[in-house]
Amino acid sequence: MVAVLKETEEQFGINITFSVETEPLGTAGPLALARDILGKDDTPFFVLNSDVTCTYPFEQFRDFHVAHGCEGSIMVTKVAEPSAFGVVVTKPGSSIIDRFVEKPVEFVGNRINAGIYMFNPSVLDRIELRPTSIEKEIFPAVSADHQLHAYDLQGFWMDVGQPKDYLSGTCLYLSHLTATRSPLLTDPSQNKWVYGGNVMVDPTAEVDPTALIGPNVVIGPGAKIGPGVRLQRCVVMNNANVRDHAWIMSSIIGWNSTVGRWCRVENITVLGDDVSIKDELYVNGASVLPHKSVSIWPADLVCRTQGS
Amino acid sequence: MATKGVILIGGPSKAPKPLLPIGGKPMIWHPLAALARIPELTEVFIVGFYEDALMTDFIRGAKREFPKLSISYLREYRSLGTAGGLYHFRDSLLPNLGMLFVLNADICSSFPLAELMDMHQKHRGVGTMMGVTVPKETATRYGCIVHDPASAQVLHYVEKPEKWISSLINGGVYLFDKSFFDEVKAAMDTKEKHAAEDPFGERDDILRLEQDVLVPLAAGRKLFVYESKDFWRQIKRAGSAVPASALYLNHFTKTNPKLLTAPSKEGGGPTIIAPVYIDPSAEVDPSAKIGPNVSLGANVVVAPGARVRDAIIMEGTTIDKHACVQNSIVGKHCKIGPWGRVDGAPEDPMDTKNNLNITILATEVTVAKETCIVLPNKTLNRSAHDQVLL
Repeated sequence: MVAVLKETEEQFGINITFSVETEPLGTAGPLALARDILGKDDTPFFVLNSDVTCTYPFEQFRDFHVAHGCEGSIMVTKVAEPSAFGVVVTKPGSSIIDRFVEKPVEFVGNRINAGIYMFNPSVLDRIELRPTSIEKEIFPAVSADHQLHAYDLQGFWMDVGQPKDYLSGTCLYLSHLTATRSPLLTDPSQNKWVYGGNVMVDPTAEVDPTALIGPNVVIGPGAKIGPGVRLQRCVVMNNANVRDHAWIMSSIIGWNSTVGRWCRVENITVLGDDVSIKDELYVNGASVLPHKSVSIWPADLVCRTQGS
Repeated sequence: MATKGVILIGGPSKAPKPLLPIGGKPMIWHPLAALARIPELTEVFIVGFYEDALMTDFIRGAKREFPKLSISYLREYRSLGTAGGLYHFRDSLLPNLGMLFVLNADICSSFPLAELMDMHQKHRGVGTMMGVTVPKETATRYGCIVHDPASAQVLHYVEKPEKWISSLINGGVYLFDKSFFDEVKAAMDTKEKHAAEDPFGERDDILRLEQDVLVPLAAGRKLFVYESKDFWRQIKRAGSAVPASALYLNHFTKTNPKLLTAPSKEGGGPTIIAPVYIDPSAEVDPSAKIGPNVSLGANVVVAPGARVRDAIIMEGTTIDKHACVQNSIVGKHCKIGPWGRVDGAPEDPMDTKNNLNITILATEVTVAKETCIVLPNKTLNRSAHDQVLL
C-alpha cells in the first residue's frame, strides 16, 4: 500500500498521509482518528469511499458546499430500485436533508447516498474516537441541525465492491472516458488490435498486434498480451501475462498472474495476485486465491476456494 | 484346409459405427489389418446388419490395401446373435475351412493373432480365446474367465457376473476349429429343447456366442485362453474412441511409424506433439499446435493459432483461428469458429465407473465465433448456428 501511495504522490504532485486504524472504527471513527490532520485549519475536506465509481465532479461539489455554507454535503445518486439502499429525503424545494430512510418499503424517493461527502472541520466535534457509523450516528445528528445538504450527482454511479459490479463499473467508467474523448483511452485508429473501443491500455503494457482487444478492457502497466489473444469486458492488472490464443471475457486477471495458452476464462472469474492458469484450461466463474496454480480440469469446480 | 477370418460389426445401435476413425483408420481396419498379417489367411468375412452401402467403399479400399485378401460383407437382415449370425452364414464359411478367427470390431487391441494361433495348435480344444486382465473393480462388466494357468484350459466362463470371480476377461478375439459349428448346432438344439420344455418362456432366434456357446464349451473343457498382456479396451460408446485412438496411435509409433505424422522439426510446419495422424489431404497452418493423440481426417483445415489435442477430427471439418479442441470427437463437415472452444474432460484413470467426458459433435455442426461447448456425454445431432449450446 505504502509503495502505491508513494507512486501516486509523485504522479499527481500531492501529499498523501496514510492514517492506519489499529482496530476497525466504522465509517466515522477514522475521521476522529485523523482529527489532527483534518482539523488543522478551517478548510472543508472531502471524504470518499474507495469502492464506488462515478464521474467525480469534485469542483462542482466543492462550489456547492461552499455556496450553502453549512457543515456537510452528501453526494446523492438516483437509482431505479431504492428499496435496497438508504434513501436521502430533502426538504421540499431545498437541498437541505430532512431525513434518511433505510431500505424503504414504500417509495419515499430514489436518491441514495453515493458515498462521497464534504465537511467543514467542525463536524469532527460530533465524532468520538470509537467505532462509529457515519450514516447511522453522525448524519442524522447533522441533519437534525439542518446542517446537511444533498448534491445531485449527474451521470453514472456504481458501487464496485463486488467483482461483477467492479466489471460493470469499469464499463461505465470507460464509456464515460469515451464520451469525454479522454486521452487515457487507446486510440483504435492507431492500434488495429483495438476492437469496439472503450479500451484503456497502459503505455508500458505490451500487446501483440495479432491480439484482438475490446470492447471494455483495461490493461495495467507492464502486462503482456500474447499473439492471438482475445479480450473482452475484463481487467488485466499490473504485470499480468496473458499467453497466446487465450480468450478472456467478464473476468479480472490479478497482478502478476499468468493465463496459459489457449485458456478460456469467463463468467466473472477472479484471479488473485500471482495466480497461474496452466495451458488449455477452461476456467468458468472461478475465484482463485493469490499464489495458486491451477492445472486440473474442470477448473470451475477445483478452484472454488473463494476466501473472504 | 484354409484359415479364414470373421469380423463381427453388429448393427445400428448406440454403439459407434464400425467406420468411426480411430487412430486415423476406420475402427474395423485394425482387426482387418491384423488378419492380413496371418500368411495363410486369404478370406475375410465381415458380418453385421448394417446396410450394404455403408461397407461398399471401405471394402473396395481395403481390397486395394490388402490385395491378397478376398473380403466380403455378409449382411444379416435381422439380429441373430453373434453365434446365430455365424451359423446362418455357415455355407459361406465352411467350405474347405481349417481354422476360423472371429474378431469383434468394437475392441481396441494389438490383435496378437499369431500368438493365439501358436497356442491353439498346442491343445486339442475347439477354440482359443484371447483373455485380458482388467482392474478387479471393472471385471464384472465383461465376460469373466476362470482358467487353469498351467494348461490354459478355461474351467468356467460367465458373462457379466454380479460378483467378482476373476480379473481375466474375454477380449473378444477367438480362434475356432471347424468343429465350432457343431458346437453352435448343439447349443441351438439345447436352446430349442429348453424352449419346448418351457412353453411360457420367451422365445427368440438369437444365439449369443458368449452365453450360449462359450459357457457350454468351457463346461466341456473344450476352450482355452491366450492371455494377452498388450493394450486392450472396449469401444462401447463413441466417447471411448478418443482413448482408443490414443492407444492405437501409441501402438503405431512402435509398429508402423510411417502411418504417423513426424514430430515437428526446427523451423517449419505446425507444432506436432506425437503421436498424431494427419491425413495427407488435411491442411494445417504452421502456427497451429497439434497433439498428442489427434487424428485429422481428409480435407480437415486447421487455421493459424488453433490448438487440437486428444481429439478425433473427421473429414471436411474446419477449425478456425485460435480455436481450441480437446478431448472431443468432431464429426464430418463441422465448423469451429475463431476462438471457438470444444472441450471435454480427460479420462480419469482412477475412475472405475467408466465415466467418460468426451464431447461429441455430429455431422455439420457449427460452433460460432468465440462460443464454447463443454458437453460431456452429449451428442449434438443437429446443426446449430450462432448460439451457445449448453
